[in-house]
Amino acid sequence: MLVESLVLSAALFAIGVAGVLLRRNAIVMFMCIELMLNAVNLFFVAVSRYAGIEGQVFVIFVMTVAAAEAAVGLGIIISIFRHYDSVDIRNFRLLRW
Amino acid sequence: MDLSQIVFYLFAGLAVASSVLMVTRRNPVYAALYLVVTLFAVAGIFVLLDAHFLAALQVVVYAGAILVLFLFVIMLLNLGHAFEPDIRGRFWWAFAAGLGLVLLAELVTVMRGAPERPEADILAPLLEAKGAVAAVAEPLFQSYVVALEVTGILLLVAMVGAVVIAKRRA
Amino acid sequence: MVGASVLDSMLALVQEAVTHERAYVPFLPSWMILLPFIGFVVNGAVAYLAPDRRKLVSVVGPGVLGLSFLVAAVNLVLLLGVHDAEPVIRSYWTWMEVGQLRVEAALQLDQLSVIMALVVTCVSFIIHIYSIGYMGYARYFSFLNLFVFFMLVLVLAANFALMFVGWEGVGLCSYLLIGFWFTQAAKADAGQKAFIVNRIGDFGFLMAMFALFTYLGTLDFQAVFAIAPRAFEYGGAAITLITLFLFLGCTGKSAQIPLYVWLPDAMHGPTPVSALIHAATMVTAGVYLVARTGVLFALAPLSMTVVAVVGAVTALFAATIAVQQFDIKRVIAYSTISQLGYMFLAVGVGAYTAGIFHLATHAFFKALLFLASGAVIHAMHHALEHVGEEAGEDVTQDMRNMGGLKSYLPTTFRTAWIGALALAGVFPLAGFFSKDEIIWSAGARGQTLLWVLAVLTALLTAGYITRWLVMVFHGASRVGEGARRYLRAAPSAMLVALILLALGSVASGWVNVPEALPLLPEFTWLHHFLHPSFAAAEHVLVEHMGEPAHVAPFGGGEGTWAVLSTTAAILVVIFTFMALRGKKYAPAREAAEPTGLWRLLYRKWYVDELYDVVIVRPFKALCMFSWRVFDQGLIDGALVNGVAYTTRFGGWVVSRFQTGYVGTYVLIIVLGILIILGAVAL
Repeated sequence: MLVESLVLSAALFAIGVAGVLLRRNAIVMFMCIELMLNAVNLFFVAVSRYAGIEGQVFVIFVMTVAAAEAAVGLGIIISIFRHYDSVDIRNFRLLRW
Repeated sequence: MDLSQIVFYLFAGLAVASSVLMVTRRNPVYAALYLVVTLFAVAGIFVLLDAHFLAALQVVVYAGAILVLFLFVIMLLNLGHAFEPDIRGRFWWAFAAGLGLVLLAELVTVMRGAPERPEADILAPLLEAKGAVAAVAEPLFQSYVVALEVTGILLLVAMVGAVVIAKRRA
Repeated sequence: MVGASVLDSMLALVQEAVTHERAYVPFLPSWMILLPFIGFVVNGAVAYLAPDRRKLVSVVGPGVLGLSFLVAAVNLVLLLGVHDAEPVIRSYWTWMEVGQLRVEAALQLDQLSVIMALVVTCVSFIIHIYSIGYMGYARYFSFLNLFVFFMLVLVLAANFALMFVGWEGVGLCSYLLIGFWFTQAAKADAGQKAFIVNRIGDFGFLMAMFALFTYLGTLDFQAVFAIAPRAFEYGGAAITLITLFLFLGCTGKSAQIPLYVWLPDAMHGPTPVSALIHAATMVTAGVYLVARTGVLFALAPLSMTVVAVVGAVTALFAATIAVQQFDIKRVIAYSTISQLGYMFLAVGVGAYTAGIFHLATHAFFKALLFLASGAVIHAMHHALEHVGEEAGEDVTQDMRNMGGLKSYLPTTFRTAWIGALALAGVFPLAGFFSKDEIIWSAGARGQTLLWVLAVLTALLTAGYITRWLVMVFHGASRVGEGARRYLRAAPSAMLVALILLALGSVASGWVNVPEALPLLPEFTWLHHFLHPSFAAAEHVLVEHMGEPAHVAPFGGGEGTWAVLSTTAAILVVIFTFMALRGKKYAPAREAAEPTGLWRLLYRKWYVDELYDVVIVRPFKALCMFSWRVFDQGLIDGALVNGVAYTTRFGGWVVSRFQTGYVGTYVLIIVLGILIILGAVAL
């Protein structure tokens, strides 16, 4: 099952990337990023079966950080929404200069 | 083809399908819900891979907390209805799909270069000996305690940060 | 005869004075060079700081030259009793030592260099004295001193490199002095023309130097001349090329065909400059070079033929032009070119002593003629200015405005006649002896055609110089009535110089009286004195070409032809005098150009125009092309501006990526990941 899991992980990751490229809604983009993180978690778990328990320990950390990141990220999106009244990334040109 | 394999393919198919759906839904609420389904499917696969504790964590933390947070924010910003289409055009469909496929191909190629599948399943005896939770917790609190503590601080910082950033100006 | 006994006793006296000397120890050789340099520095300082202190520079300028002349004279006396001596080389420091090349700052003192130094310092000294009366500016004296310094470096150098320093230096000073009044465009242009044409010759000198070093590994004269007969094949391509390149340098410096065009224009400079640089010293550097490197030329018979032919042709060519010039100085300028041709003819046929002899005598009478012209111009200028008439150069220097000046400028008149007759080769003046020896040498060595050219030139010389005399001093005066009263004789400084040079023009011929002349005692002092310097070259010549004959073409001995030539010269003088005495000329500004054949001569055979069309214009076109296409288009446009443009363009392209859109950035991140993974996967 290792190989299949790895391929599945890659597939989920690729779908996540496509999603990030495809969507303009900031929140949905964020969700696609969470999907990518999940794919990585799956990878770690699949490999830890043969490589050691450390894989699973690392997944715990990933989940924790994902949670923290989601909190802060959504906070930022709310803050931006308050300013632009939209979460469409087409409207965010602040990075220009 | 034994039972675990069949179940695996079931869950795998479910995960892929729902993730594709998530990416393609216009309504962000639907997208979020499909993501929940994906997470559940992945949790199932975790179980099949002898990561019982993580499967539980996945459901509780990821699907139960993080995605709920997402839904809260969507509701808060009133994005559930009267939404404008926010998926890019035809060209991007093809382009994104193409890039995704390229990425998939590359990843698979890289993985092929990996060493041969080791013979033994070293995790099983460990789980037998200690049980699902202890097997993960012991290294966490013994070898990686520093990282644990730092992660705790990280969470604290994130909490404070989220409050500060999302605060409405008085 | 009285003359014989006087000479004999003089010689005995001198020999007595030096018989106890066994070896030649040079007397303060470096001071000969240093004194003029000190003069340059002092006068230069005065020119920069206190330009009005004329008195000081009038003493310092000629003074250092006088001292230098004394040192040279002492050296000559010391050298007198010492025959067949090796040249003494005094090295002061090592200039360069690079790989195999070792060049010392060294002076070579032998008979030839001491004679040259003596001539240079003597004539320079007299001209400096003249300058006190003519124009005594500090800057002028400092440049003049610098010139003498470089000239002495040139003649006293012991190796090619140091000689080249002097060679270049005199070219530089020539430029500075010709363009002395640089605020006038024509004069500045003349200076430039001199320098640029000289430079072409310098290229020849450099090529020869490089080749000599490549073949022989040394640039020291003694070493080169010792090794050369063994190292080079007689008449071979290598030595022929080297000597031809050297001769190219000579044509530039000594104004022979094809690089003579700068000398007539150089008459824009002050007259004493013309006298010193363009009559007596700098232009003779080429002759000195050929004489000094006689061994090399002797090894290349083709080159010697080239030298002799160019010399003879130039002599005749320049003489024809001099016949129809109206500027008082231009006639003398072309005469210089012509006489230099004689000198080259001499060294080209192997008569080295004759060439140097003529160099020395010519220095005196040519300088005299120039300075006499200067006195005339000086007088004309003052007279015309006094009555408020036009006194520009085209008026004061044109002979058509002169005439009958002999009553107003008596000393100038008499000394000018002496100089003129010396030039024409009339016995007993100096030119007779030296010119005759050259013509005889050409004939004696079987060069019949060159001999004919030389004889024709001699006749023309007598003719044009008489014309010069008649137009300036004789006949009815064409100077305006009012101005005539104000014609004053020159200041005493100038007159003293004229008289000294006239004495030299008489006396200098008597240092080498060949035995064949009837009624005169033999006194071939110069020939014997210079023999050691030319021994090596003559040895090579004799080895390959045999002894020179002693019979002239068409029979007759040297004595016969000498008498014939001086008689012919006198006849031409008389005939020309009679013919031109009563001729009328329109004033210069209104005169029409001569017509027909005379116009060809007046226009100098259109050589300047020819050079302009064939060389100057195409070169200018090439320069314009290089400028427009290469410099502006290629280098400025494609390279410099192109690089800037490309950089800006590149920056613009990259700036298009900075859209500020998150989506763009995500895309780029993804692409980057794909590329890196692709690299890893493959």
